[in-house]
Amino acid sequence: MTHYAIIGTGVAAIGAAEAIRGADNAGEISIIGEDPFSYYSRPGLAYYLTGELDENLLFPYQKEDYQKLRARFHRASVRRILPDEKAVELDSSARLPYDRLLIATGAQAIALKIPGVGLNGVHKLDHLSDARTLLANAKRGRTALVTGGGITALELAEGLAARGVKVYYVMRSERYWPNVLDEIESRIIENLLAREGIHLYHKNEIIEILGKNGKVVGVRLADGRNLRADLFAYAIGIAPRIDLAQEAGITCERGIWVDEFMHTNQPDIFSAGDVAQVYDPASGKHVLDSLWAPAREQGRVAGLNMAGQPAAYQKPAAFNVTRLAGLTTTIIGAVGGGRDDDLEGIARGDSETWRQLPDAIVAQGGFEVNRLRLMIGKQHILGAIVMGDQKLSSPLQTIVRDHVDISSIRAALLARNAPIADILAEFWAKHHRLQILQTLEKN
Amino acid sequence: MLKHLFQKELSHRTSLVQGQVVPDSTRCVQCGICSFNCPVEIDVRRHAWRGEPVQHSRCLTCGECVARCPRGVLTFERTNLFTGSEK
Repeated sequence: MTHYAIIGTGVAAIGAAEAIRGADNAGEISIIGEDPFSYYSRPGLAYYLTGELDENLLFPYQKEDYQKLRARFHRASVRRILPDEKAVELDSSARLPYDRLLIATGAQAIALKIPGVGLNGVHKLDHLSDARTLLANAKRGRTALVTGGGITALELAEGLAARGVKVYYVMRSERYWPNVLDEIESRIIENLLAREGIHLYHKNEIIEILGKNGKVVGVRLADGRNLRADLFAYAIGIAPRIDLAQEAGITCERGIWVDEFMHTNQPDIFSAGDVAQVYDPASGKHVLDSLWAPAREQGRVAGLNMAGQPAAYQKPAAFNVTRLAGLTTTIIGAVGGGRDDDLEGIARGDSETWRQLPDAIVAQGGFEVNRLRLMIGKQHILGAIVMGDQKLSSPLQTIVRDHVDISSIRAALLARNAPIADILAEFWAKHHRLQILQTLEKN
Repeated sequence: MLKHLFQKELSHRTSLVQGQVVPDSTRCVQCGICSFNCPVEIDVRRHAWRGEPVQHSRCLTCGECVARCPRGVLTFERTNLFTGSEK
C-alpha cells in the first residue's frame, strides 16, 4: 500500500487528494496543515469582508466529502522534510513516512517593512483569521487606510467601505493597476470606487504608521502629510512558502521548480499550487501561477502522477477573473505591460448593440459599465479584457487559448469605430456552429 | 385556482426544459455566494466544482445564483439548442 503525504490544506492539496483517491482506492493519504480552518475558499474572503457571504459558506467541503477522501488530517506544522529517509518531521518531532510527497504550502502575504507595522490595528489578508480580526476592528464610522496595488488591496478597501468604514486608498502608481488596465479602464474603476466612498491618493506612499498606546492613529505619507486613521490594511504581494523545500535541498527559485509532471528535482517529491514554479513549454520558462483554478489543476495532475498515472500539466493561456469595484472583469492572455509594435489594441464601450443579441446566452446583466478591449496580432487575438457583461468572455477565452485564426475579420475589427463586439459575436457564432458540425461529422 | 396551479407548474417545467444553469469551472473560486443565495438551498457551488449543469429537480431557474456570482461563473443556457427554433 502506498503512503501519500500532502503538506498543505488549500485547493491544490484537495485537488491532489481527490485525484489520488480516484486512482488508488487502497492508498493511505495524510494531509498535514497548520491552518486551523483547513480547506476554505481563500478568494471568498473578499466577499466575506463585504458581507455578501456568511463565514460558514467559505467551506466548500462537507463531512461526506472528507469521508469520501478517506484521508487522515494532521493539524500540525512540518518542521522539516527528510528526503533521504522519505519522511516528514512534524513540530511534535513525530515522523511521518511517505512513499510520495506533495508540497502544497501555498504563498503568504509579503510583510510591509515600515516603522509602526507591529501596532494594533495593522492588518493583512492572508488567512480567514486575518479577515476575522479585520472585521472585528472594522466598526462603522472608523477610518481606514489601505495601501498596495492589484486585486487584494482593492478587496480590502471595498470590504471595509461596505462595512461603513471611511476608506483612504493610497497607491504608488498614478492610476489603479497600470500594468494590466489601460487608462480608461483604471479611471472607470476609480470612479466607481469614489462612488463607494473610497478616497484615492495616487503617486504616494506610506512611510510610517503612527501609533498611540500601541494602537494605530494615523500614517505619514511620503509627501510629508499625516493622515488620521483608526486602522491600516495592506496587500503588497505574495511570496511562495519555499522554506521547507529549500532546507530539504529541493531546487527552488521564486517557487519550487517542477516539471510538467509537477515533479521536483527530488525523487517522489511533487509540488503544486501557489508554491510551485511550473515549467511552461510555450515559453521554455518556469512560471508562478498564483490563481485558484490553476492550483486545483496542478494538484490534480500531481495527484495522478503520484498515484502512478502519468499526466502532464498544460499551462493555460493567462486567464484571470475578478471583480473590481463591482465590475466582473476577465483578463485573458497578453493585455498590458510593455509596448509591442506587432500588437494593435482596440477598445469599445457601451455604444453597441451586442449585449442585446437575442441568441446570446444569458449571463450576468445590469452592469452600469461594459467594456471590451482586444489585443490583435497578425492572425490571432492575443489578449482581451472584458469588463461588465461577460457574454463574450468565454468565446474570447477559447479564441485566445486555441489560437483561432481571425484573419477573416481582422480588417473589420481594425476599421475606424468598428463594432468589435458585434463582429466577434457573429464570428464566434459561425465558428462555433462549424465546430459542432465537424464534431457531428466525425461521430 | 387549480387550473392556475397547473399552469404555473407547466411554465416551471417549460423553463426547466428550455434553460439550465451551467457553470464554467475555470472561473470558479468556490466562494459559495451561489449556494448562499439559492432560495431552495441547492448547493450550486458543488455543481461548479464538478463542472456539471444544475440539473436539480428543485431548481426554480430563478437566476439568483447567476446574478450574484461575482466572477461570472454561471450562465443560463438554453437546453434546446438543436431542437429549438432559430430566433
